[in-house]
Amino acid sequence: MSYLVRRLEFFFITLWAALTINFILPRVMPGNPAQAMLVRYHGRVSPQTIHTLEVALGLNNHQPIFQQYLQYLGNTLTGNFGTSVTFFPSSVGDIVKQGLPWTLGLVGMSTVIAFALGTVIGMLSAWRRGGFLDAILPPVFIVTSAFPYFWLGLIVLLVLSLTLGWFPLGFAYDITGSIELSWSFVGQVISHGFLPALTIVITSIGGWILTMRNTMITTLAEDYVKMARAKGLSPVRIMFMYAGRNAILPNLTGFAMSLGFVISGAILVEIVFNYPGLGFTLLQAVHSEDFALMQTLFLMITLAVLIAVLAADILTAWLDPRTREAS
Amino acid sequence: MAVRVVIDVAPMEAPPASTRAGVLGAVGLALLRSRKAMFGVAMLAFFSLVAVLAPVIAPYDPHALQFDPILGPSAQHLLGTTSFGQDIFSQLVWSTRQSLVLAIVAGLVATLISVIVGVSAAYLGGLWDHVLNLFTDVFLVIPTLPLMIVVAAYAGSGGVAVLIAVIVLTGWSYGARQLRSQALSLRNREFLEAARVRGERSPYIIVFEVLPNMTSLIVAIFLGAALYAVLAAAGLQFIGLGDPNDLSWGTMLYWAQANGALLAGSPIWVLAPGICIALLGAAFALLNYAFDELSNPALRPVRRKKA
Repeated sequence: MSYLVRRLEFFFITLWAALTINFILPRVMPGNPAQAMLVRYHGRVSPQTIHTLEVALGLNNHQPIFQQYLQYLGNTLTGNFGTSVTFFPSSVGDIVKQGLPWTLGLVGMSTVIAFALGTVIGMLSAWRRGGFLDAILPPVFIVTSAFPYFWLGLIVLLVLSLTLGWFPLGFAYDITGSIELSWSFVGQVISHGFLPALTIVITSIGGWILTMRNTMITTLAEDYVKMARAKGLSPVRIMFMYAGRNAILPNLTGFAMSLGFVISGAILVEIVFNYPGLGFTLLQAVHSEDFALMQTLFLMITLAVLIAVLAADILTAWLDPRTREAS
Repeated sequence: MAVRVVIDVAPMEAPPASTRAGVLGAVGLALLRSRKAMFGVAMLAFFSLVAVLAPVIAPYDPHALQFDPILGPSAQHLLGTTSFGQDIFSQLVWSTRQSLVLAIVAGLVATLISVIVGVSAAYLGGLWDHVLNLFTDVFLVIPTLPLMIVVAAYAGSGGVAVLIAVIVLTGWSYGARQLRSQALSLRNREFLEAARVRGERSPYIIVFEVLPNMTSLIVAIFLGAALYAVLAAAGLQFIGLGDPNDLSWGTMLYWAQANGALLAGSPIWVLAPGICIALLGAAFALLNYAFDELSNPALRPVRRKKA
């Protein structure tokens, strides 16, 4: 179990690091957000609000910094994130709760699809090395992985939605309708989510194809694969049960570590499609200089990634007996 | 933003480094043979040329608001005009400068930090390795864009220097991890043992014995970091966190989006800078791929044997 213990240790250290970055940033960056807000609202903000904001951002220097830090940790762990300026008077926690399911659904689904599809394509192109598939797909997807997520989103929007009219123009469901549990609502969610998901899959699949192909090539040279061939096992069986199964393990770890990059791109996709998830909310927070909301969103997105990483680690421990052995 | 899949590099054989010219010659030759690499080199050369010759190539002042808004492409305006009546082609040409410089500078600084952190982690070992490695992993996992957005928002629209600092801060960890793995595999090699026996000091060994053997990986990491910088800068500028008065492809996309270019019937305003970003990104990505094949001979393309 030492593997999982080490991964748990990593989980908590990273979480602590993210919390601390969040605490330090407003204190080391130049400028005073509270004063900036005062100017922005031409003094329409009460001095009390300013004071609350200063406390939240650590701009009142009356307390020793360590005490501020403890207070901040306590507030964060009890889910007390303060009030949002953008969506006044909602609390930051409520705003995050509204956006979270959309982001988890969109990013989760499209990432799993991209990973599964990329892994299979990578496996096939390594198996038929230099074949038709191998000659076309990896180079094509290296190029698409260099596309900016948001730009591809704009193009997809222009072609499939504006010109051809096949898909709705953005948001997560028909804006006239309400959130309910019915088939028509599910249909709306799928048709609205299709284009953003397509964008994420196209731009992120290249990475999975390449790494899977590369690890698969290394695995195919192993002795047990030769042995399986010598035994006359069917190629499909060798490909999936012998080589593929072992090649997928490092890819899975890579998958977990890369989620941070994927979610970064997904945020831009949400912005292009006005998709009401955390990324879109983050942009609104940036534009209205809502620092409390911004920082909470950063924490929540990090937490989501960390939980996904931990899940992938547990999966790895379950799949790979070597990680379970005490070293 | 490109996905970067993080996998510890298997211990790779360093190229037989007899002379430095020999290594570089071999690298050059291998690049010439790879079509992917040649495309990347050609693309980079093209953009560098455009960046240097911008005043000659661009027909108009990119900032001047002297034309009718939203003109279609014509002989006078190759790509039409913006909603403000600026010539899109001139803007595109001038923007090449900042986008290219940003990618290269941010890529270089991020690579430098990767080398320092990765190689010293591997070479110092023990507690240092543990701490530096953990530090690297933490930065690897924390989602970069939200972090970039928060930092950039606090810094205000601070222009290119802020963008570069933010990109470097979030972009060094990937390379550091790869370099550490390779440096670890080199650590116990005989030529390093020999240098230690000769009584060389650590800095000398790292700079003159270890690093030359990691040249191709370091170049690959620079290319990856430059690709990351291209896409990250475009993303940040697109959501309005750059200086909106700067001339770069990301800023062009910001103005295009802010003025609803797609709906207003000037899709070229969106298409053109995006294609440039994608081409510059693809140039770095393809070169990176070619270097990957170079440093890991197992991945080199094979000609299929006829049965």
